[in-house]
Amino acid sequence: MASIILDKVGKIYAGGTRAVGDVSIDIRDGEFIVLVGPSGCGKSTLLRMVAGLESISEGTVRIGDRVVNDIEPADRDIAMVFQNYALYPHMSVRQNLAYGLKNRGTPRADIDRRVADAAAILQIGPYLDRKPRALSGGQRQRVAMGRAIVREPAAFLFDEPLSNLDAKLRVTMRLEIKDLQRRLRTTSIYVTHDQLEAMTLADRLVVLNGGRIEQIGTPLDVYRRPASTFVAGFIGSPAMNLIPSRAVPNLPGTAHAGIVGIRPEDLAVDPSGPIALDVIAVEELGAQRLVHGRTNGEMLTVTMPAGDAVPDRLQLACRPGATHLFHAETGQRID
Amino acid sequence: MIENRPGLNLLAHLTLMLGVAIVALPVWVAFVASTHTATDFMSGTIPLWPGPYLVENYARMLDAGVSTSGTPPVGTMMLNSLVMALLIACGKIAISITSAFAIVYFRFPLRNLAFWCIFITLMLPVEVRIVPTFQVVADLGLLDSYAGLSIPLIASATATFLFRQVFLTIPDELTEAARIDGAGPMKFFRDILLPLSRTNIAALFVILFIYGWNQYLWPLLITTSSDYYTIVAGIKRMADAVDGLPQWHLVMATAMLAMLPPVAVVIGMQRLFVKGLVETEK
Ligand SMILES: Nc1ncnc2c1ncn2[C@@H]1O[C@H](COP(=O)(O)OP(=O)(O)OP(=O)(O)O)[C@@H](O)[C@H]1O
Ligand SMILES: [Mg+2]
Repeated sequence: MASIILDKVGKIYAGGTRAVGDVSIDIRDGEFIVLVGPSGCGKSTLLRMVAGLESISEGTVRIGDRVVNDIEPADRDIAMVFQNYALYPHMSVRQNLAYGLKNRGTPRADIDRRVADAAAILQIGPYLDRKPRALSGGQRQRVAMGRAIVREPAAFLFDEPLSNLDAKLRVTMRLEIKDLQRRLRTTSIYVTHDQLEAMTLADRLVVLNGGRIEQIGTPLDVYRRPASTFVAGFIGSPAMNLIPSRAVPNLPGTAHAGIVGIRPEDLAVDPSGPIALDVIAVEELGAQRLVHGRTNGEMLTVTMPAGDAVPDRLQLACRPGATHLFHAETGQRID
Repeated sequence: MIENRPGLNLLAHLTLMLGVAIVALPVWVAFVASTHTATDFMSGTIPLWPGPYLVENYARMLDAGVSTSGTPPVGTMMLNSLVMALLIACGKIAISITSAFAIVYFRFPLRNLAFWCIFITLMLPVEVRIVPTFQVVADLGLLDSYAGLSIPLIASATATFLFRQVFLTIPDELTEAARIDGAGPMKFFRDILLPLSRTNIAALFVILFIYGWNQYLWPLLITTSSDYYTIVAGIKRMADAVDGLPQWHLVMATAMLAMLPPVAVVIGMQRLFVKGLVETEK
């Protein structure tokens, strides 16, 4: 176990593309960090630099008390779980788990014990002698995690490990990963583009955009006080409404801001409310509904409890203190 | 497409039977010929059913050979052919799998040049470069040796490209996982690449074994001592007997024997062979 410290890390690919720039994160020992951001924002690149699969163009990466910039992946004391599992197809599950240990010269008895332990934790005992081909997606995912666990590394690196699974399995596996990490207390970096996965798993979130960090914080911090319009729009579902303040002239305390952010769930129907909404569409989600409409020409979404028919025009009020104010040009938070 | 019309079925079977007949008839005639005496064949009509001299003819060929044409017993020639075919098949596989490994997984200086050099050998089979190759082999003193028989045929690139294709289908993540698991390049080669290309190696072995076994021009050219005659070249030598008529019954017996090892290899490796040709998933 170890802390991982990224200091002004950057990556410029051979062709001159800058994929990551100026990323500094202090990851504490045992912490579960989730890197989240839209596709192509450099999450995988950053993770692969920590793993040693990609060279580090700028800055330093420390794992524990070592700078690992020039250390081979195998010697960094990390284990990685890949999106497509990357199990060795010609080896049985047992051999897959044992391979890394064998290469490190771990004694036979030790390997057997660790494989048995990992198999028990992940409930893959019955499949130990099968080939990966004969396993379901979820079982393969467990084996891939088993391969990481048996190594007892200083850190786990996950690159979208659940995105090949169906929605239901994803939720179960998400819980299992969280539970596993809580028990093993191994420092983990987890990459995903799914903000829900990010919110539920992370001790701290790192929101990336265009290869740079937009915000670092606990999921609730990030949710409650997004540092920029990008984060505000990315974290939370349905996404936060971001509208120019002139579109909501009667909302208290927003006059001097360029952009006002209001989460759909912070708006409620109130006949004396300051916002008038012309309803355009209603989406039923079961327990609640999303109402989309326009106010002074700007799109606005509101969550409402399911129930009676929605009239064409609504008066809305915003929960006090629930507005987020951002600078019109930079998009940075200003309150 | 599965259709089940009796007429169509019959037609399909007739076509197949015709095909088999066309392929099998010469083999049958050769077999029949190998069971008669020489005179039966010179009498004008070709017998179509096996005669009584099967054991005698084959025993003679295996044991003594045809002394008039200067060929050694068939056993010796078969052994020579076997050694040559195995050397060619194994040598080619070993060389091409390692060069494909180098080309796909390493970034070394002049990599492109190496790649093109290998590519060019594709256009230069032995038949094309036979005179200079003969000179080189002669200068090296490799005439009448197994090395001389096999090495010039090993040096070509066909299989390199096959293995390159195979390696390119192996996902990068697998390579990376092995790297994280502490497998160095050679270990990766041995533990991951070799087992994953097992079926391709088998398929290639079958093809190359037959290629090696059937070599004709090259062995004919560089062997002068009968100790190194190969069977395919030997049949030719038997057939053009200088003083007298060719002993067709014995030539045909030899031909039948010469067919056995390739057939055995194909049958023995059939399952792997087919798998290697059709399998795509890694
Ligand atoms: N080998 C490479 N050479 C050049 N550019 C690359 C290379 N790999 C990635 N990139 C670029 O770097 C940027 C970041 O890629 P990266 O794979 O890290 O994105 P990501 O955040 O993981 O996206 P996704 O969620 O789609 O996996 C992209 O713009 C991509 O085009
Ligand atoms: Mg990625």
